[in-house]
Amino acid sequence: MSGLIGKKLGMTSIFDVNGKQVACTVLEVGPCVVTQVKTSDKDGYSAVQIAYGDAKEKNTPAALKGIYTKANTTPKSKMAEFKGFEQTLAVGQTLTVDLFEVGEFVDVVGTSKGKGFQGVVKRHGFSGVGMQTHGQHNRLRAPGSLGASSDPSRVFKGMRMAGRTGGTRVKKTNLEVLKIHKDQNLLVVKGAIPGHKGSIVLIEK
Amino acid sequence: MDAIKFVEQEFTEGKTFPAFNAGDTINVHYKIREGAKERIQQYQGIVLQRRNSGLNETITVRKISNGVGVERIFPIYSLNIDKIELISRGKVRRARLFYLRAAKGKNAKVKEKRG
Repeated sequence: MSGLIGKKLGMTSIFDVNGKQVACTVLEVGPCVVTQVKTSDKDGYSAVQIAYGDAKEKNTPAALKGIYTKANTTPKSKMAEFKGFEQTLAVGQTLTVDLFEVGEFVDVVGTSKGKGFQGVVKRHGFSGVGMQTHGQHNRLRAPGSLGASSDPSRVFKGMRMAGRTGGTRVKKTNLEVLKIHKDQNLLVVKGAIPGHKGSIVLIEK
Repeated sequence: MDAIKFVEQEFTEGKTFPAFNAGDTINVHYKIREGAKERIQQYQGIVLQRRNSGLNETITVRKISNGVGVERIFPIYSLNIDKIELISRGKVRRARLFYLRAAKGKNAKVKEKRG
């Protein structure tokens, strides 16, 4: 799967060919620089490492600086590896949003918005107790039973409970590419993608 | 330039409408596609509100059709809107005229703004 690194810029809605209004997300995609090409002979697997975004030189570790110097580029803020680029790439080459085509379906990987410590209703979609009256008191959004009693005398591992919600890696698959603006490095995909505005995402195809 | 505005610009550019507000009477020419044929339907009524901004702006237009109140919501930059005509200006004191739904008789009328 090949792909690029980008940034979520926000959502809007546009009109499609039939005049239908569709919700869409605007992404800044690339330009990405190829920083390393890993081969199965040398590294044990083949992949292409690309970098995106600007970082300050003083905040870049010396080891990374070496990689960027070899690729003949300035320090970057985000790196990712992709396996399965169709074309052969050389270190230092720049990849742009040209990689994608309008009408194509892409996957977007991002970090979902962190929601903090949440109960089971929000976290796992439990329906709660269901009634406000008939003797219910302060248990409207409670999880209910955790299992049987003396047999097994314990709570099974993986029981869905309250806890930290969101802030995890989420992949949204099969999003249609609606528009590409090459000069501005913009990609418009149908629907929503995980994460905040300004968060870094991987766009795979 | 703001990237979102740039994406929206493609759809808003070149489209101009007469300046109208809530209370004004307008005529919306709406394209209707029937198979391969396309015809234009006119819908005339009072603007109850203008909502959102930019590409996503919509208008709510109310008219009385055969004694029944009808409201339609149009996205004003919709590709199906051929044109919008301003028929008359209304003298109103608020931006959202939902009181017209319950109003009866003289109250349900919007006075025309002159001059």
